[in-house]
Amino acid sequence: MDITRRELLTKSSYFILLTSAATTAWKHVLAGTPEASPNYDMTKHWWGMLIDPAKCIGCGNCVRACELENDVPPGFFRTWIERYHVGEDLEHPQVDSPNGGHDGFPDIYKDGGKTFFIPKLCNHCSDSPCVQVCPVGATFVSPDGVVLVDEKYCLGCRYCIQACPYGCRFLNPKKNTADKCTLCYHRITQGLTTACCEACPTQARVLADLKNPKDPIHEFLRTHSVQVLKPHMATGAKAFYKDLDGSVR
Amino acid sequence: MKELLRNSEHLIRVVVLLAIGVGAFLVLRQVVVPPNFGQYGHFRPAALIDIRAHSVKFAGHAVCEACHSDEAATKSKGKHAGVACEACHGPLAAHTEDPASVIPKLPDTAVLCARCHEANASKPKSFPQVVPADHSGGLPCNTCHKPHDPLGGA
Repeated sequence: MDITRRELLTKSSYFILLTSAATTAWKHVLAGTPEASPNYDMTKHWWGMLIDPAKCIGCGNCVRACELENDVPPGFFRTWIERYHVGEDLEHPQVDSPNGGHDGFPDIYKDGGKTFFIPKLCNHCSDSPCVQVCPVGATFVSPDGVVLVDEKYCLGCRYCIQACPYGCRFLNPKKNTADKCTLCYHRITQGLTTACCEACPTQARVLADLKNPKDPIHEFLRTHSVQVLKPHMATGAKAFYKDLDGSVR
Repeated sequence: MKELLRNSEHLIRVVVLLAIGVGAFLVLRQVVVPPNFGQYGHFRPAALIDIRAHSVKFAGHAVCEACHSDEAATKSKGKHAGVACEACHGPLAAHTEDPASVIPKLPDTAVLCARCHEANASKPKSFPQVVPADHSGGLPCNTCHKPHDPLGGA
């Protein structure tokens, strides 16, 4: 093989130039595209949700809206509704949630008794167990208090699904990554409310910004009985339930 | 001392190998770890941008009311004032982007109204509920009720 000095120099300089170009391009790939809505300041928000079970009618609008907004696969739920039927024994309520409440609830407790609906979703805990167990930094609390999953980093190890005390996570069968409520992060960062809150006909759930001093949540928390789910877990849950019955887990 | 230096060749080999290993690790780390990883915590900040890039399907009632001001005015006076447009009409962001070609379908009141107002013991007692067969004898709800102002023009 014979190669002149000129050819060698030309070829090697091409190689060096192309490599540096690829390195520069790769940096841009890793850094991601520019911000979607640049006016949104993450440090000025701390998102949560206020839920009033006494207003929930179990219509399933939230479940269907979430499915449509976020392409949630059938049979899996980022938000769902549970129906409770409680006797005297608070420790053993009857709970059902046919298809997550997606298609409403058949009227089975005709004899009455204490029965009510509880809408559920990710509690967006500020000290979340799911974030603590993720081995690759794919699950995290965003600077504005929303627990999110990085689909590109998630390995699908399911550790977070086991760790969540509220059963809010599932493995997306299409993507094979952990999936959960994003509190409609793509909507709330644009000034919209979540799809479930938009679709709820009775305002049983309301998006709340705990860092916004003008948000009615502050007045509400000061003047009403409010509870989070499983307070003994000390997860810093931010889904606040008004006048929650002791049987709800 | 001379004894030690005589065999130092082995030591140098180990040190060089270690240096190459550390060097390779640092180079690999530089390539694999995104440049701003850890900016806000132990995660990739670009993930926030990825998630925010999802498309919106529910436009929000404020957008609807900008054009359909008559319906909004009727609704604001009635019992359904607090019900957002897309709670009944479904996600219509596509319609707000292209109102001419994306025409929403009118919901079937017999199905739609029953979703909320069909009697169920678990519903709050104060919420208006009916057994549709007894209440209307199978007639569509909008025979008597205007959905935007259900008790107004009865």
